[in-house]
Amino acid sequence: MKLKTLTSMVVALSAGALLAACQVDKAPDSVSGYTFATKDTQAMQDDNFSNPAMLWVGIGEEEWIKKDGSAGKSCASCHGGAKPGSDEEGMYAIDPVLDTSGGATKISMKGVATKYPIFDKASKKPMVLEERINLCRTKNMKAKAWKWESDQMMGTTMLVKMQSRGMPIMSTADQASSPLNGAWKAGMKFFNERRGQMDMACKNCHDDYPGTRIRANMLTQAQVNGFPTFRLKWQKPGTIHRRYAGCNKMVRAKHFKRGSNEYKNLEVYMTWRSRGLKVETPAVRN
Amino acid sequence: MAKTIKKPLSVDRRSLLKATGVGVLAVAGSGLLSRTAQATPETAAKKLSELTGGAAVKQGKVNVKLPEIAENGRTVPMTVSVDSPMSSGNYVKTIHVVAEGNPNPDVVSFNLSPGTGKAEVATRIRLGKTQNVVARAVMSDGSVYEGKRQVKVTIGGCGG
Amino acid sequence: MAKKPRVKVPSKASKGQVFQIKTLITHKMETGTRKNKKGKLIPRMIINKFSCKYNGKEVFSANLHPAVAANPYFAFYTKASESGTIDFAWTDDAGKTVTASKKITVS
Ligand code: HEC
Ligand code: HEC
Repeated sequence: MKLKTLTSMVVALSAGALLAACQVDKAPDSVSGYTFATKDTQAMQDDNFSNPAMLWVGIGEEEWIKKDGSAGKSCASCHGGAKPGSDEEGMYAIDPVLDTSGGATKISMKGVATKYPIFDKASKKPMVLEERINLCRTKNMKAKAWKWESDQMMGTTMLVKMQSRGMPIMSTADQASSPLNGAWKAGMKFFNERRGQMDMACKNCHDDYPGTRIRANMLTQAQVNGFPTFRLKWQKPGTIHRRYAGCNKMVRAKHFKRGSNEYKNLEVYMTWRSRGLKVETPAVRN
Repeated sequence: MAKTIKKPLSVDRRSLLKATGVGVLAVAGSGLLSRTAQATPETAAKKLSELTGGAAVKQGKVNVKLPEIAENGRTVPMTVSVDSPMSSGNYVKTIHVVAEGNPNPDVVSFNLSPGTGKAEVATRIRLGKTQNVVARAVMSDGSVYEGKRQVKVTIGGCGG
Repeated sequence: MAKKPRVKVPSKASKGQVFQIKTLITHKMETGTRKNKKGKLIPRMIINKFSCKYNGKEVFSANLHPAVAANPYFAFYTKASESGTIDFAWTDDAGKTVTASKKITVS
C-alpha cells in the first residue's frame, strides 16, 4: 500500500464508487491487526469469557441502564434495553427491537460503529463516537460528560461498537462531495508527514513495514477496526487516540490531546483506510 | 500473515533502528517486574520442596502448556493439566506453579478436589524474561509429580 | 474492584457431567515491586485468594501471587452432582471480598 498508488487508485475509483455507493468498498490489501497477533492473543480476543475487555463492556452495560442526570433518563430509555448476555454466549446485546410503546421510536445501536466518525453540522467538524455519546449525556440526559478515557466511556463505547461486530466499516470521506473530505485530507497529510526527532511518518511503519518485527512488536497496518482495544502492555483497554499519542511519542514527536482536531482528522482518514474490515471491538492487541 | 517486505530497507532503516532503541528505553522505564532480586532454578526448586513438604518428586503426569514464545510477558496464557482419574480415592489435591526467572518464584497454587472432575486449570501469568515454569502436583496418596516448560518472552515495548 | 466479575457456568448439566467454568475479574494485581514516578515503591495489592463452592462445598480454589497477571482469569472444571448454586469469591490483600453466584440445574 503505497501512497502514490493509493491516491491514484482513489481518483480512479471515486467515480465508480459513487455508482456503487450501496456496495461495501474495501481498501485494497487491508488486513486487521488480528492477523498479525499470535494465536494465543487471538484466542484471548475470540472467547468472550477470556477477553479481558469484556469486564469493561460489563461496566458499559451497567451504565446503559443507569438513570443519570437531571432528565432522569438512561441510554436505554431512548435506545432500547441492554439484554444481559446469555451465559453460553457472553454477549451483551442491546435489544435492537424498535420499541414504540412510549410513543417514541427507539434508536438501535446496530451498525453505528461502521459509520463513525460522522460530520457534525453544528461544529462543522468530524464527530467521533465518544463525542456522540457525550452529546447524548449532556443534551438528552442533562448529565455530566464522561472523560475521554474513563472506564464508563470506554465501556459504553465498546458496548455500542459490539453491536456492529462482524459488520464492515464504511467510509466515503475520500470523495470531494463528502463533508468529511477536508478532515480526510488533513488526516492523510498527518499520516504521511514525517515528524519528531526520528523524522518518521505513520506511513513509514504502518504502510511500509507491516509484518516486520520491530523489537518485540510485530508491525501491523494500524487498522482501526478493533478499538477501543485491550492492550496487553497497558493491561487495560485504550482508545485509538491513546494509541496515536503513543505512536507520536515513540518517534519523539509532539503528541496531541485525546479528542483534538488533529486526532479526529486522523481517525477520519484511518477509518477510510480500514473500510471493508469487520468491526472487532473489543480487540486484544500486544 | 507476516508479509515480506516489498521495498528494500533503505532510507528508513536508520530511523527504524532508532525507533527500536526507543523500544528498549520504554521497556526499561516501565518497570513491570523490578530486577532487584531474582529467582533462580535453585530458589524455585527450594520453594517447591517447601510447598510440598520435601516429598520425593517423580517426573511425569504433569503437563504445563505455555506459548513457545510469549507475545507479552505481562499476560502469558498457561494451562496446567495432570493425568489423574479425579475419583474420590485418587485425585490431585494441589498443583503448585513456580517460575525460575521471576523476581519471586511463587506464581500460583491450585487446590482441587474429586468434585473438580478434571485436573486441568488455565490462567494467565507474568513472566519477566525467558525461563522455565515448573508445576508440581500433590496427589491424594501423597505422591508428588513434576512437569516443566520453557517459555521465550519478548516484552512489548513499543507504541506506548 | 469496582467492576462486576464475569463468570461462565452452564445453566443446565446432566448428573455426572464434567463442565468448564471460566471466571474473570478486574484487578491491577499491583506487585509491590513497582515504583511510581517519584521513585517510591507502590505497595503490593493483589487478589491473593479465589474460591469456588458448589452448594457450600469448596470444589476449587487458588492462592495467587503477584506473578498472576492483572485481571485474573481462571478456567477450571467441576462435576455436576446436584442442582443448586455455585459461589465464587475473590479476596484481596486488604481483606476485601467480591462475590458472584450462579444457579445450575442438574438432571
Ligand atoms: C432522551 C433520549 C436519549 C437518551 C437518554 C440517550 N440518547 Fe442517544 N440518541 C438520542 C437521539 C434522539 C439520537 C439521534 C439523534 C440524531 O439522529 O441526530 C441519539 C443518537 C445516539 C447515537 C448515534 C446513533 C447513530 O446512528 O449515529 C449514539 C451512539 C447514542 N445516541 C448513544 C447514547 C448513549 C450511550 C446514551 C446513554 C449514555 C444515550 N445515547 C442516551 C436520544 C437519546
Ligand atoms: C516507529 C514505528 C511506528 C511509527 C512511526 C508509528 N507507529 Fe503506530 N505502532 C507501532 C508499533 C510497533 C505498534 C504495535 C504493533 C502494531 O500494531 O503495529 C503500533 C500500533 C499502532 C496502532 C494499533 C493497531 C491495532 O491493531 O490496534 C495504531 C492505530 C497506530 N499504531 C497508529 C499510528 C499512527 C496514527 C502513527 C503516526 C502518528 C503511527 N502509528 C506511527 C509503530 C509505529
